[in-house]
Amino acid sequence: MRHGVARFVTGFLALPVALYLFYVVWPFAQAAGYSLTSWGGYSDNQEFVGLDNYVRLLSDELIRKAFWHNVFFLVTVPLFTIGLALFLAFLLNVGGREDRAGIRGVFGSGVYKVIFFFPQVLSLVVISVMWQQIYRSDSQGLINGLLIKIGLVDADNPIAFTADPEPFLGVPAVLWWLLLIAVWSGAGFYMVLFSAAMQSIPKDIYEAAILDGAGRFHTFFRVTLPLLRDTISVAWVYLGFIALDMYALVFVMTPSQGGPNHASEIFASVLNFTAFQKGQFGYACAMGVALAIFTILLAAAQLRITRRERIEY
Amino acid sequence: MSINPDVSRRTLLRRAAAAGLLAVPAAGLLSACAGSEPSQSNEAGGTKNKDNPFGIKDGSAVKVVIFNGGLGDAWAKEDKVVFNAKHANVTVNMSSTQKIKTEEQPKMATQPSDLVMNSGADMMDISTLVNEGAIEPLDDLLTAPAWDSEGTVADTLLPGTVEDGTFQGKFYVVNVAYTVWGNWYNGALFSKEGWEAPKTFDEFFALAPKIKAKGIAPYVHDAVHGYYPRWALMATIWKSAGKQAVVDIDNLKENAWKADGVLPALQAWEKLVKDKLLLPGKLDHTQSQQAWLDGKAAFIQVGTWLKNEMSATIPPGFEMKLSDYWGLGASDKAPKDVFAGAGEGLVVPSKAPNKAAAKEFLRAALSKSGSAKFAELTKSLASTKGSGDNVQDTSLTTANELMKNAPKDLIKTKFFDFYADLDKESQNLSEELMAGRLTAQQFVDKMQAAADKVAKDSSIKKQTRTA
Repeated sequence: MRHGVARFVTGFLALPVALYLFYVVWPFAQAAGYSLTSWGGYSDNQEFVGLDNYVRLLSDELIRKAFWHNVFFLVTVPLFTIGLALFLAFLLNVGGREDRAGIRGVFGSGVYKVIFFFPQVLSLVVISVMWQQIYRSDSQGLINGLLIKIGLVDADNPIAFTADPEPFLGVPAVLWWLLLIAVWSGAGFYMVLFSAAMQSIPKDIYEAAILDGAGRFHTFFRVTLPLLRDTISVAWVYLGFIALDMYALVFVMTPSQGGPNHASEIFASVLNFTAFQKGQFGYACAMGVALAIFTILLAAAQLRITRRERIEY
Repeated sequence: MSINPDVSRRTLLRRAAAAGLLAVPAAGLLSACAGSEPSQSNEAGGTKNKDNPFGIKDGSAVKVVIFNGGLGDAWAKEDKVVFNAKHANVTVNMSSTQKIKTEEQPKMATQPSDLVMNSGADMMDISTLVNEGAIEPLDDLLTAPAWDSEGTVADTLLPGTVEDGTFQGKFYVVNVAYTVWGNWYNGALFSKEGWEAPKTFDEFFALAPKIKAKGIAPYVHDAVHGYYPRWALMATIWKSAGKQAVVDIDNLKENAWKADGVLPALQAWEKLVKDKLLLPGKLDHTQSQQAWLDGKAAFIQVGTWLKNEMSATIPPGFEMKLSDYWGLGASDKAPKDVFAGAGEGLVVPSKAPNKAAAKEFLRAALSKSGSAKFAELTKSLASTKGSGDNVQDTSLTTANELMKNAPKDLIKTKFFDFYADLDKESQNLSEELMAGRLTAQQFVDKMQAAADKVAKDSSIKKQTRTA
């Protein structure tokens, strides 16, 4: 009988595992292989160069710059997205007035939920096209047009948005403008995720807290946040992956895909340039592998640090 | 040469994947395409004669991929008609795209298309294709008889066409469009205001206040794609410092960027920026071209594909006229040289299954009848002589005029085709100069440093330019 089950399970798993091995694991292995060669990408000529590509990676100034930009996103994207999502989820679920029906969200929370989730439904291209119009850097841009009309911005000196490399808090302005888009488009999804988690917290815990005289502030920090720990930690890992990517936004929104003058260069844009413009696929593969290792280490570290005893409820 | 930076959803997703959610997929996709067995060739076999110099086989098929950018793809369909008139039994499978590299690069090492128009923002790097032996030399096409006129194919081409397609001594790229670059203005507006199109920067700086007084910005530029302003900067450098200075720059000669005449050329642009003669805002190519068409700016610099690219939104009564790039005046070493050349290159991949038919298609495209259709449909000159003789159009006639008075030397820069690093750096620095964040002196210093770095890097294969 048991044997039959095993066969049944194997039968179902064989195909997906085979597909996974062929389309995911095998290309990974190939990439790792190419990263040890000086392959140019357009021919069969692959010369083995050992770890040369990795050594070169360490002294590549552009990669270093890109790395720090990725680190910027790694810190800010999860921080702001989770912060905003938590705030919204709290208001929508338990932020309202309590009455005989118990704890509830602010008035009209159902409508807000749909609105906040909406960016998640849009494709990246739609989002980019939309933000290109919002960020357009003359009087026809949504923000510039409005600010010029009310006199807050000089028409001869409009906001340059993603074409602006000047540092703000030590980070090129273009990165902050990209961050805004990333947070805007991501917060809705995590709001829904946190909402679901909050709804599974028993209402009587909140009621007990309120009876004890806890205000919204205390309810949030003493009850909600500790009980959402697991969910937030998972969200943090996901957002970490997104922050290490960011390629689509950089590719579509910035001048020269990583500009102006390398001000928004990230790992993926350097990788793309190296592979497809410079024709150094071997070196580009080394970048990809290095980023993969970095990502895996980061995820492992993050899950380990945030691991704690579970609260059962 | 025309660009469409818009990204289709599919490409974007593929790119996003290539760059990697985890970046691991990236490494995977990069590699997924290499090292497989090359395909079987069904090459030739037909008998060679004057009407079939490459011996293509009846009943075979040829796959042609056209870049559907500023010039559209209607002209290529006309070439197909011309081709089939002589070879009715050869099937031409034509497709067009804006994503040449995304779609064609993965096939290059295994089963490429027979003929690929390598153009646009997403083009394959030419020096890499040549270095990797991924494309076929086409010297036999040049010596083949012309399709519908006397002599060889080479005899029918405009000056510069063969040179522009030649790399490391061999002819690889057939550029079908002949492009003339310069400063564009609205002829109707200028004659109404009694303005004269300037020939030098000094004349422009004298005219600029009058233009400004009318509430028009004297100049608008593409602030997103660095190679747009770079054309103008290099043209000014050529006119001011002369041909040899640019040849030295292309050959990475020591202190080439510090040669006499280079710095003053860039200082003219620095002054244009400092004097606030640019339309405010960081517009891209089509936005800036539209702003110019809308009368917000008096001049814009770009090539002759402009008319076709903007044809849908040209206001009635607008007279597109092309004038030569401005020089600095009496000190110029090559004041009359025009920036023109053959562009929109078609290449035949080395592993293409039907190379003979690909070459034959190129012969058809370069024919008298094919190129006349090209000029008529695109309002842009073809690389074949006399293509624009029967087209009535101010942009085409002013371009023609410019070419008639041009000396034999055409303004031409090669370093950004030779070296991807210098390409990127020069684009970035051009935009920085136009944004006023860089002085002419800093531009020269940084370009010199970048050129020296490439010159010292032994992993980069060096190319030289003689003429």
